[in-house]
Amino acid sequence: MFDFHPQLKQRFAALRTGADFFSLRYVRESGQYLSVRKNVAEPPSLRRDEGAMLTVRVNGVEAYAATNDLSQTGLQAALEKAEQQARQLKPHALLDLREQRVSSDRADYFSPNLDQPFPSLSECYELLDAESAAVPKDERLVNWQVSIGITHVEQIYLSSAGAELRQAQRFVYPGLDVTAYDGNDSQTRSLGRENFGQQGGADVINRCGLIGAGPKVADQALQLLLAPNTPQGPRDLLLMPDQMMLQIHESIGHPLELDRILGDERNYAGTSFVKAQDFGHLQYGSKLLNVTFDPDIPEQLASYGHDDDGVAATKQFLIKQGLLLRPLGGALSQFRAGMDGVANSRACSWNRPPIDRMANLNIEPGDQPLAQLIGNIEHGILMSTNRSWSIDDARNKFQFGCEWGQLIENGELKGVVKNPNYRGVSAQFWKSLSAVGDADTFQVLGTPNCGKGEPNQVIRVGHASPACVFSHIDVFGGEA
Amino acid sequence: MPLSNPANSQAESFKALVKGLREAIREPEQFTLSYGAESSAFVRFNHGKVRQAGQVQQASIGLKLISEGRHADLDITLTGEAQVDQQRLAEGLQQLRETLPLLPQDPYLLLNHNGWQSNNVQAHPLPDTEHVVGLITRAAVGLDLVGFYAAGPISRGFASSAGAFGWHQANSFNFDFSLFHENGQAVKASYAGHDWSADSFTRRFSQAREQLELLGRPLRTLAPGQYRAYLAPAALEEIMGLLSWGGFSAQSIASKSSPLQKLYAGDQSFSPLVSIDERVSGSLSPAFSGEGYPRSDLKLITQGRADAQLVSSRSAAEYGLTANGASGYEAPSALNMAAGTLPDADVLKQLGTGLYISNLWYLNYSDQPGARMTGMTRFATFWVENGKIQAPVSTMRFDDSAFSLLGSQLEALTQERELLLSASTYSQRATDSALLPGALVSKLTLTL
Repeated sequence: MFDFHPQLKQRFAALRTGADFFSLRYVRESGQYLSVRKNVAEPPSLRRDEGAMLTVRVNGVEAYAATNDLSQTGLQAALEKAEQQARQLKPHALLDLREQRVSSDRADYFSPNLDQPFPSLSECYELLDAESAAVPKDERLVNWQVSIGITHVEQIYLSSAGAELRQAQRFVYPGLDVTAYDGNDSQTRSLGRENFGQQGGADVINRCGLIGAGPKVADQALQLLLAPNTPQGPRDLLLMPDQMMLQIHESIGHPLELDRILGDERNYAGTSFVKAQDFGHLQYGSKLLNVTFDPDIPEQLASYGHDDDGVAATKQFLIKQGLLLRPLGGALSQFRAGMDGVANSRACSWNRPPIDRMANLNIEPGDQPLAQLIGNIEHGILMSTNRSWSIDDARNKFQFGCEWGQLIENGELKGVVKNPNYRGVSAQFWKSLSAVGDADTFQVLGTPNCGKGEPNQVIRVGHASPACVFSHIDVFGGEA
Repeated sequence: MPLSNPANSQAESFKALVKGLREAIREPEQFTLSYGAESSAFVRFNHGKVRQAGQVQQASIGLKLISEGRHADLDITLTGEAQVDQQRLAEGLQQLRETLPLLPQDPYLLLNHNGWQSNNVQAHPLPDTEHVVGLITRAAVGLDLVGFYAAGPISRGFASSAGAFGWHQANSFNFDFSLFHENGQAVKASYAGHDWSADSFTRRFSQAREQLELLGRPLRTLAPGQYRAYLAPAALEEIMGLLSWGGFSAQSIASKSSPLQKLYAGDQSFSPLVSIDERVSGSLSPAFSGEGYPRSDLKLITQGRADAQLVSSRSAAEYGLTANGASGYEAPSALNMAAGTLPDADVLKQLGTGLYISNLWYLNYSDQPGARMTGMTRFATFWVENGKIQAPVSTMRFDDSAFSLLGSQLEALTQERELLLSASTYSQRATDSALLPGALVSKLTLTL
């Protein structure tokens, strides 16, 4: 681990520049994606990636150069390119960063269980083969796939201010999906995949529930195929954690990103219905809503010690008892906006610059067991597992769809319904939060697929949540 | 900041890697080797100034090793130093050699044994980035411009143990930008291609500026309901982009996850006005796939009826089809939709009263097997009455089936088409493009 660190330190020390400040962020990533589809092993997809980004500040102007050439010459050339660019762009620069503080922290961070070896390739394929074979034989089951993705990342951050930060992480993504087809309609039920990723080792596969899941997931796909469409109209909506994560992500996470509020993303990812002056004043949701930026849950996908600008990450309430307190803004955005934020300046790899990203964005558990959440609903619906997401560029008007729906009548779970969709407006939706599940309903989830930024970046984010109930939400089903 | 043009040296480096690999391969091993590299200038703008700027130099290879019916893939980042890269390739080869015995034979392995050759190099010089930044910031004086400029050379290569060799290199730029009115409304535009012209840039910028003035009128808020609508090419591109996500894929169609499965089953059709090709010839994307097949033009939809599917080698083996150069994802990269007969100049008149929609945003499915989709209006959507633009419209959500929008409710497609070059830069700069007309539809359902 960190075997390149001594060489990198030596080369960093030998770099020469006229910049006021410079940093180097080295990333080495390796990974494998293994899958078995319909009992046939697909060829493994392996990767090794390595490179570095040099960032400079010259007279308050920042510029970067990323390079795949890690030799002394290559790093020096990148540094000079960045410095030259910073000097040339001075007349056109939006920001003057001369007064912005930089980090000089030194620390290491490791994923949990990193010292424990991951199951071998053969063992992984044995597991995938077994789970694929466990999907029952039914001619309506037309497709199924079981997969495990593993990514190892080592990152080293060095700066001219003396910062020296190392982190070594392992991310695991188990997944299973089954599609059923009746000659007209098709329905897919899944476990894990884009909804479940964690840091750790083989323990992640166990926590995901992949082992032994084939028959149940297949049965649910068949149940959906036979189910009626979700009825249209207002209902109380019980969202399970694997849909809550998407709801949190799209209608709390993105609108609270400070770079969006500052306008950086208006050409691509969009803006926000939240304004800078709303922090400390806006009642974002009901009193039951408590939202945290939490880098301290070890297995959660975006737990880390420092962000990619070298700032120490600590747990912070963004929303407390429904009141909006703090944005998702890293050190640079905090400097620009003159407000406190969190350590969430992150880059997806060595070849992209850090920007404000969600990391772990969670809803704190409440006090109601699942049975009580259901028992208190007179006319409602349970929805689980996101499958469709769409929201406006200000992150306000949304429509989301789930794989699994179950009607709730007079406090009891009733029949399964297919194509469960709902729509709403973020600015009102969270005020309809009427019950929050207890710690037993709380799940630590995450996705590797959050897209944002120019140049585009896709990054890992974690979302942990209890089951939650929202009153009087517009729900509807499918069909053209 | 002149952008270097390393195409020749990259081609030579790739050839050297291929040569080394051919020498290292032992019977009965076979290989395919793909290559991708770019040297990019990236400049973000906000409020008419440079928000973030940098340069990225990257190169990688994708090695597939095949032996006795088993195969595995490994992507490796290169450094540009010949000796280090040969070493990385050798280590990668060893890793795959150790991996293959752990795998079962793959019944869907299908190799292309043709030793085809392809070479396409376009080395038109690109302007100096600082010069472009100066032009943009001067044009943006007094305006709230936000956007992104990406430029530089892109290289793609392919070689196989069967003797195939392909090389594709092109210089390109893409300035994707928005102009914001103080009321929060915005117009989106882009200027992209190979040959930067100050006049063309000024013309494109002026067009966007003219539209911006219309956005200053008081905002109209619409109630949910059904409206006549004109979808400009960029809006239609969003719909086609969503449908392309598995829509034409042989595996998705066979495994019943394609949104166009009812079209391919013959249970649904689009309007006879709709004909869609994958037109590789003349596009910006390479004439060969990453898995080693030459790509040719394909008719995907002909007069509203399903035609060819996009078939990767794996799907070809699994479903008994013929591989046609599709990538592993089986998604189109050079969509070409046939023009209609409605002149651009008559669009407002033919629309009469309804919505003029410049862009759509964030589309996804309400019911995928039914191709029912939802999404938002974004950028320069106008309310039109009696053929005249009246007011910008506040953001609205639509929810409709593609079989309605491009089928029963499609009135006309425009004579003129727009070439839309992808501004996507996930992992690397995209070479995808779409040549699309605008679409006049008699009914678009707004829900929120």
